[in-house]
Amino acid sequence: MKLRAQEKLSGQTQLPGFLQGVQAGLTIAIGYMPIALAFGLLAKNTGISLLHTVGMSLLVFAGASQFMALGLLALGTGTVEIIFSTFIVNIRHMLMSMSINEKAVPESKLRKLVYAFGITDEVFAVASTREGAVGSHYLYGLSLMAYSSWVINSGIGYAAGSALPASFQQGMSIALYAMFIGLLIPSVKKYRKALFLALAAGLLNSLLVLFLPVGWAIIGATIGAVLLMELLQTFGNTCEKSEQEEEK
Amino acid sequence: MNFETMNSTVWIMILGMTLVTYIPRMLPLVVLDAEKIPPFLARMLRNLPYAALGALIFPGILGIHDQLWYGLAGGVVAIGIAFTGAPLIVVVLSSVAVLSALALLL
Repeated sequence: MKLRAQEKLSGQTQLPGFLQGVQAGLTIAIGYMPIALAFGLLAKNTGISLLHTVGMSLLVFAGASQFMALGLLALGTGTVEIIFSTFIVNIRHMLMSMSINEKAVPESKLRKLVYAFGITDEVFAVASTREGAVGSHYLYGLSLMAYSSWVINSGIGYAAGSALPASFQQGMSIALYAMFIGLLIPSVKKYRKALFLALAAGLLNSLLVLFLPVGWAIIGATIGAVLLMELLQTFGNTCEKSEQEEEK
Repeated sequence: MNFETMNSTVWIMILGMTLVTYIPRMLPLVVLDAEKIPPFLARMLRNLPYAALGALIFPGILGIHDQLWYGLAGGVVAIGIAFTGAPLIVVVLSSVAVLSALALLL
């Protein structure tokens, strides 16, 4: 409750929350750069126009499924199948939105309609590991940074992607993973259960990707790990202490 | 397929993708009332980010290069730097720098 009060306080001026979001979003903007550049370059090679490429990034704003759409287009897959595959890959965001909804301060539906658009894996990861509640201004700043980088670099990748040194392109491929790790480690240091949840989900995911599409494997692994944690906690155990620590 | 049909087909695809991406992101925020969620479910939703991060990292990180060790090396570097308490941006940039250097050696 104390944290919610603080959020309310910063919400009065409305600028700090937004700027905090922008600051936190810088890391995502940098992480998106190589992925968006690669997307633009691949889009060009697939044969769609610059307008389609930037339009897709502008409207869809979902990395993995945009890459998949290009791959399917190249194979001559039908429009309906591509849209359905996109749905399968992106339905994991429903889970992330549920979690954000739990963490966000109560606000008007209109604001939620706006920031819902920006809930990518990375925006979710940064917002949900932040201390305390999150408000719409913070989420606007955060997703605006991610979004601008995604859209602009898609265009640059289309126009000039082939000019980047190969070793740098390769090195940049670690960026988003490094960000996820950088977000996870501080929580792991504080709560033992964060380590357990992450390890369990990573292992489960390794099994599930063998026979499920990536999006579903992530959903299955995430829910599986959370349920496992819940079971362990219900049957009286060692993790109770860290749970109490977090509640404080 | 002539250019005009191809052009509009791609736009229809993009619009369809837009809808099926936006709706799952939006529905829980607009439909669920956070105050009315039972405590056990709320607790599970608060645990969810750590599990989701685990699933987003592994095993995807191994797939960034044909050589599994490349992604693994990146993960070790990122974990090491993150453990020192360095800011997120430092974790990301130094991992990129180390892996760009490694890529030169490959």
